[in-house]
Amino acid sequence: MSAVATQVSHQEKNYLNDENTIKSWLLTKDHKRIAVMYLVAISIFFLAGSIAAGMIRLELVSPRGAFLTNDAYNRTFTAHGVIMIFLFLLVGIPAVFGNFLVPLMIGAKDLAFPRLNLVSLYLFFTGAAFALLALIFGGVDTGWTFYTPYSSMYSNSQVALVLVGAFILGFSSIATGVNFIVTIHKMRAPGMTWFRLPLYIWSHYATSIIIILGTPVVAITLLLVVLERVFHLGVFSPELGGDPVLFQHLFWFYSHPAVYIMILPAMGVVSEVIACFSRNSIFGYKFVAMSSMAIALLGFFVWGHHMFISSQSMYQGLVFSLITFLIAVPSAVKVFNWSLTMYKGSVWLASPMIFALGFMGLFVIGGLTGVYLGSIGTDVHLTGTYFIVAHFHYVMVGGTVMGFLAALHFWWPKMFGKMYNESMAKVSAVLVFIGFNVTFFPQFIVGYLGMPRRYHYYYLNPDFQIWNIASSFGSTVLALGFLLPVIYLTKSLKSGAPAGPNPWGATGLEWEVESPPTKHNFHEIPVVTGLVYDYNSEADEAAWEEEEREMEHVTRGGQH
Amino acid sequence: MAHVAKKIPLGEPGAVFEQYEDIHQQNDSYVVGMWAFLVTEVMFFGALFLMYSIYRWKYQPYFWEVHHELDWRLGALNTTILLASSFSMALAVHFAQRTQKTKQLMCLGTTVLCAFGFLVVKGIEWSAKWEHHHIPGPNFHWTEATVPPNVAQLFFSLYFAMTGLHGVHVVVGIIVISVLAILVAKDNVMVKGDYIPTELIGLYWHFVDLVWIFLFPLFYLIPR
Repeated sequence: MSAVATQVSHQEKNYLNDENTIKSWLLTKDHKRIAVMYLVAISIFFLAGSIAAGMIRLELVSPRGAFLTNDAYNRTFTAHGVIMIFLFLLVGIPAVFGNFLVPLMIGAKDLAFPRLNLVSLYLFFTGAAFALLALIFGGVDTGWTFYTPYSSMYSNSQVALVLVGAFILGFSSIATGVNFIVTIHKMRAPGMTWFRLPLYIWSHYATSIIIILGTPVVAITLLLVVLERVFHLGVFSPELGGDPVLFQHLFWFYSHPAVYIMILPAMGVVSEVIACFSRNSIFGYKFVAMSSMAIALLGFFVWGHHMFISSQSMYQGLVFSLITFLIAVPSAVKVFNWSLTMYKGSVWLASPMIFALGFMGLFVIGGLTGVYLGSIGTDVHLTGTYFIVAHFHYVMVGGTVMGFLAALHFWWPKMFGKMYNESMAKVSAVLVFIGFNVTFFPQFIVGYLGMPRRYHYYYLNPDFQIWNIASSFGSTVLALGFLLPVIYLTKSLKSGAPAGPNPWGATGLEWEVESPPTKHNFHEIPVVTGLVYDYNSEADEAAWEEEEREMEHVTRGGQH
Repeated sequence: MAHVAKKIPLGEPGAVFEQYEDIHQQNDSYVVGMWAFLVTEVMFFGALFLMYSIYRWKYQPYFWEVHHELDWRLGALNTTILLASSFSMALAVHFAQRTQKTKQLMCLGTTVLCAFGFLVVKGIEWSAKWEHHHIPGPNFHWTEATVPPNVAQLFFSLYFAMTGLHGVHVVVGIIVISVLAILVAKDNVMVKGDYIPTELIGLYWHFVDLVWIFLFPLFYLIPR
């Protein structure tokens, strides 16, 4: 696809060992180093959020609650939600793999604004520090949605601190979004036209548009909640003449598109992984690319489906419900096109592919249950129950976290130049898939039966216990699945085999440079001449046919 | 200035950062970046304008009563000051394009002076609110029987949130324009022979003015 020769000796300096002082890391403007720092930070936050999740699951083993008080339980699930959403899911794929890959994939030396990128990292650290301080100084009991007037008037917890943190994190996110948009518009290599862009880039473009349109709205909204709480500058509290439902509208105007900020990059990852490990050019490239844009656009017109049981009008609800159904169309386009990419491809079940397949399976369940919740009638029954919790986790953990893990396994050799233990990785992928289903599928059932979310006891209906025990058991399997990669990936840094530029035989500019890449990515700026997913070019096809003949020969010889 | 317009200078290679191929790519990126940033600003203020619209719809007669507390003459004065500042900013861009440094600096200086003037008038208005206990909070005091106190407080909450956020943007503008003026005065490579930085800061400043153009009628000129 391009003309960069990359056979270089291993002694060559790369972005990791170019300079070794602490200062050279902390003040780096290199997008790859910033990505690595994000990776370390969000891994720690993921661990913290997981501990909170573990406490929730342990508490719910017993119908009367195992060890937490009401108040402690409220603070625990809020900590889990705030950490996972603001400090892991929203930044996970964009800040780690987006930062690392966007310039590499489009053939640029760096992002358009490297200094802004560093500012964004430090804004993230500052916001995270506020959020964590809030948790240390007693925590927050409002849930991650911060509904007014409870959050702005009555809650006796560190709401102001965590909201200031979220406000700052918003600006970190906006800075990254602006940076990606400018980079994708203006930094593409010669010949890298819009419809030659990798689908991963398309999904980041769509994500960045959501970020710059949505995040400012929630930022000002959360700021007003802080002002209402601290200075009684009332706009949301009824006592002060305000309207609490207005807060919900403004909050969900961002926070529904925000789930697309979390899932779209994961979809981009899956598009790359599926194409590579099916050895097939992606089916319906333009449809997949445009479905990302369609999701970004439609995502802004569905927020009301979070508010079917609030005071919004019935007709408003109908419209929101209809547009919610429409969003299923571009999502389904993606899933069908991935399936058709695998059809007649030669599927290679390497660990990134298993994670990507896991994504597809879990995302389909998450998406379809979303349709139940998007229809007003069923939603009135299901809202506020564990059905919502299960749906959300199927999309966010089954979707985004699976996508994150697929990306981690796919690009780890590129990021650090080392191969990890592939069979351990496969075990981890299978454990995560099984553990996830055991954890969250029972929650669909128990939610349908009527168990409300955010309560830490259910002794009034002891039948729920069996499902909760199943769920808690599954979560330990899931935890094991998440723990394994920490071990074998860390180990690979020390003793992994050198990966070489392209261990998966993938296409794309990032695979044509050394692993790890040098500081400026490319020795000379590449010239792009064809489509990204060049898996079935003539030369390749000839090679595959040859291989297939051999395989046929071998299998025949073996079986008959 | 009756001469034929000179060719717009393109800047010097020394000012190109290493991630860019040339000055064109750098300037193009700056322009896209600035517009993307302004989009976020529109959404930022947009949420507040939405809140304002909803409460004005709900409490229009009361808002009309309360808005008499604001002095439209001071608001009009501030509008004039900001329009003048926008004009001088536009002139600064004009002179930057023609590399007429002294005139550019004078225009930037005028813009900063106008911005300070705006803040002084705003300060006078706000201190009057302080004296009348019209600052939202526990000390808020409202005596007119025709308007419920909580609606009056809501009006002033919106007023302070929106003009306050706008005021923060004016302060940021003063800082940014001053830094630009210093860089221009020192012939820094970032700005020497390149009008794009001036134009981008100009875009920001016009945006700040534009917000005020909406705020003024919405708060000071509410019709019955």
